[in-house]
This record gives sequence, C-alpha cells and structure tokens, in this order.
Amino acid sequence: MELQSTTFQSHLEYQGQPVNQHFPALHQSVFGKPLIYFDNAATTQKPRAVINAITDYYTTINSNIHRGVHYLSQKATDAYEVSRNAVAALINARHSREVIFTKGTTDGINLVADCYGRLAVKKGDSVVISNLEHHSNIVPWQMLCEKRGAVLRVIPMDHDGNLLLDAYRNLLDETVKIVAVSYVSNTLGTVNPVKEIIDLAHDNGTPVLLDAAQAVQHLPIDVQYLDSDFLVFSGHKMYGPTGIGVLYGKEAWLDKLPPYQGGGDMIKTVTFSKTEYNELPFKFEAGTPHIEGAITLKAAINFIRDIGLDRIAAFESDLMNYATSRMNEIGGVEIIGKARSKTGSLSLSIKGIHPYDTGILLDKMGIAVRTGHHCTQPIMDFFCIPGTIRASFAVYNSTDEIDRFTESLKKVISMLI
Amino acid sequence: MTINDKQDELIAEFEFHTDWMDKYEYIIQEAKRLPLIDPVYKQDQYLIKGCQSKVWLHASFLNGKIHLTADSDAIISKGLVSLIVRVLSGFTPAEILNADLYFIDKIGLKEHLSPTRSNGLLAMVKQIKLYALALNTVKSAKS
Repeated sequence: MELQSTTFQSHLEYQGQPVNQHFPALHQSVFGKPLIYFDNAATTQKPRAVINAITDYYTTINSNIHRGVHYLSQKATDAYEVSRNAVAALINARHSREVIFTKGTTDGINLVADCYGRLAVKKGDSVVISNLEHHSNIVPWQMLCEKRGAVLRVIPMDHDGNLLLDAYRNLLDETVKIVAVSYVSNTLGTVNPVKEIIDLAHDNGTPVLLDAAQAVQHLPIDVQYLDSDFLVFSGHKMYGPTGIGVLYGKEAWLDKLPPYQGGGDMIKTVTFSKTEYNELPFKFEAGTPHIEGAITLKAAINFIRDIGLDRIAAFESDLMNYATSRMNEIGGVEIIGKARSKTGSLSLSIKGIHPYDTGILLDKMGIAVRTGHHCTQPIMDFFCIPGTIRASFAVYNSTDEIDRFTESLKKVISMLI
Repeated sequence: MTINDKQDELIAEFEFHTDWMDKYEYIIQEAKRLPLIDPVYKQDQYLIKGCQSKVWLHASFLNGKIHLTADSDAIISKGLVSLIVRVLSGFTPAEILNADLYFIDKIGLKEHLSPTRSNGLLAMVKQIKLYALALNTVKSAKS
C-alpha cells in the first residue's frame, strides 16, 4: 500500500492479514456492539499462536521440570529453558542465566527490593523513584525504606509528564543505593529518557531497576546498550499468558544478591545444619514455577519479533498521533500527559464529566477503556483530578477504531453535559 | 406503598428502555431529579468512598421512619443512588432491614452492585442497612 507522509496506516498486517485477525477474543460483540479493546495497558488479548501453545503444552508435554528423568519432564525442561533463551534474545541479555522467571512485574520488583535491600540498603540510605510510577514501583520501595530506616526520594515531573532530569541530578548523592523508574508510564504514556537516567545513576555508583511493563510490547529493548542493572516486565501485557513475568539482572548483581524465597529447585544441597544454594537462574526460582506460562511466553515473543518491534513502534506511534489529533478536535477533552515521547497510553480528562461516567457509557457502546487512577494515585494528585479515561493501544488496534472511539466520546459528552 | 411496590414501579419504568443507552439516559435524568443533599452533610463524615466515584449519604430518623438524601461526584452513580433512595427512603428501620433489593438485578444494573465495581453503591446499601439495624436494635431494646 502506498502511503503519503500525511496519512496514517490504518492497521498493521501480519502473515497477509490484519493483525487483529490473529486474536479470537477481539471478534465479539459486547452489549450488541462490536468490541473495541483499548485497555491494553492493563492486559493485552492473546494471539492464536499463544492460545495454541497453551493447548499444546497441556496436550503433549505437561510435567514438572528440572527434576524428572523421564521423557515428558525432559521435554518440558527443554521447552522451559528454550523459552528463557528467547527472553534473553528479546532483550539482548548476555546470558540466559540473567533471566529469572517471576509471576510478573510486581513480583520482580518485590524480589529486587527485598534481596537488594537486605544486601545494600541501611539506615540513612535513600532509594530514588519517580512521580510517574505505578503503585507496584512505589510500595515495595516504601516498605523497604520503612524496614531499613531509609528515605524515598521522588524525581519530579513537569505538567506535560516529563521527568525533570536536573532535579534528578540533585537527588543523586552517596546515600542513594538504587534508582527504580519506569521505562514507559502506564498512565501518561511518557517514554522516559532511561539511558540518561541510568548513565547518571552509574556516574553516582548507583544501580538502576527499570520497570519495562509498558515498554517491552512497544519498543525494542537492549539491556546491554541501556546498561540496566535490573529490568522487569510481565508476560500478559505483551500478548503472553498471565502469571508469568521476567526479571533480568546483570549476572554480577544476581550472584551477589541473597536468595528471595526458599524451597525446592533453588538449592544444591540441603542438610539440617546448612543449605547450599543453586546457581543462577535457579537460585531465584523456588518451587514449581509457572511452567506453562514460561513455555508459552515464547510464542508471544515470537509473535512480536516476527512482526518486528521497529515496525510495531512505528505503527503505534502513528496510532498515538492519530488519536491525539482526533481527541484535540473534541471540545472539553484535555489530554493528560503531553510528554515529548509517548507510547501506549493516552489519558483524557473531560471538563465537567467524571471519568467513571464516561467509562460506563463507552462500555455500553462496546469500547473497553480504563477509568480511574490506574494505580498511580500520585499522578492524579499532581494533576488534581479524580482519575482519567485511559485508552491504551496495541498492535491490533486501528485508526477506524479510533474514529469510532472519537464519535462515541462525542455522544457521551452530549449525554452527560 | 411498600418497598416492593416502589421496586415494581421502577422495573415497569425501565421496561420501556430496551436499549442500554436509553437506560443510562434515564438514569442520568433521574440523577438530575435527586434532591440534593444539604451541603452541611457533603463532608468526609458522610462520605462512602468507592475506588472511582464518591457517594455522600445522609440518613435522618423522623416519626419512626428513615429519610435519606444522597449525592455523588459521578452522575451515573448519582442516578443509581437516586433509585435506591427512591425505593428505601420513608420506610421504617424494620422494613429497610428486611428489604430484598431485587429491582437492581431486574433492570439489568446488577454489575453496579458487584464488589469489584468500587463505585460506593454496594457500600451505600450496606450503610443504609446498618443504620436501620442500629435503629431497630435500639427500638427492640426499648420495647
């Protein structure tokens, strides 16, 4: 298809058909209207490849891993480790042993807050986060600070939702033991200058944890280029299954950290007097893991990589620009978060209308959006609003859907004002 | 008129609205009809906090009957609140305590009373029942 620079590509194609054709759950009606799914920052729908992989797992190789000598256990173990390699390749980790399977982003952050906290954070130290963080990248650090007598410092932002790097520089001193920031804001869509944030922290001798829950499905990530010490994300927001996530950590750090949970699989030898812990990555994977989730995450990774993250990033950027221009047409609609670089989430506020009302009415028009504070209450406090309407986009969304969303919002406003 | 008569009346009114948008249009109109809560009571003390929308509720007890006024910062919540006020206000503590609020399900708005909705409505109904329970207990202790 020939495209002029002023026009937007209406949708993305994959294997000769629109991407949404690969997602069975998108083809249904809700309240008698064809579904438009704009709640992708909460969770994405799953492509047929992932659904089939889950069925295949249970119909062919289901068994416990890392301990059985029998055929199925070997097959499942192989598939589990192949998937770990796929994760390592996706983010360009040096070794697959730097990839720890977790329950999700929250689990990964809690692991680092707990283990790194025990290793390196003491009374009088500080932890730096940002004003843009999801509660899951606030509360574990608050709990750590409370436990160790440390102080939480917050990188402020401007009214467009850009982090203030000069203020960040001033926060960095010898007391700062870790910096934990999101790559992309789940509420405002801000893409943070994470390379710069990491470099500044390293100049201060401080490691960085990147919350990539809203980045890994939208942008190519290279942990070696970023030089990130830790990076966490969830499978379910990147077209994979729920309950599986990833913690990447530089080997040197993961070796130094004490284990998180005790149990099977994370040990080498156990006696009543002493336990010797297993090597990486198993040291951090106590108990039977989410085997099916880890294995089928590979199908999601293949799906993303087949389409190409550069292509996805370019298309979704067009989609964001298109949605932004359509929203700007509607009187009374204000975009919350106008950062220089944005992806994924578009937050809106409508003058005189509570976001809850808008969410309820859009739902009845078949449009799934999220309303409320999106687990980022400090952002709502910053803008002095009770919540926003958040439309968050994925690879299967289209400009046609944004057009219908625009018309539906106009109708909602006419009903409520 | 009993509480159930009031519920049946509402169910009959909603029968005219088969389309979802019409139902909500009606709820929005109801919201605009709700007698506003006295601003004195629109304070945190009377706030039933939901995750997304706030509901203020004031109950008074006069001549053996409970009288309710309420408000919400979201208009659909306010409309739903007004339906509950219309059904329950002006009845005795015992009548309110024993009321089975079936109209919400019948008019297809059950989702709003699910605990996950967090709009303050479920908490509001609980609060009204607790108030009725307290008054009813005082009454039976006296008699």
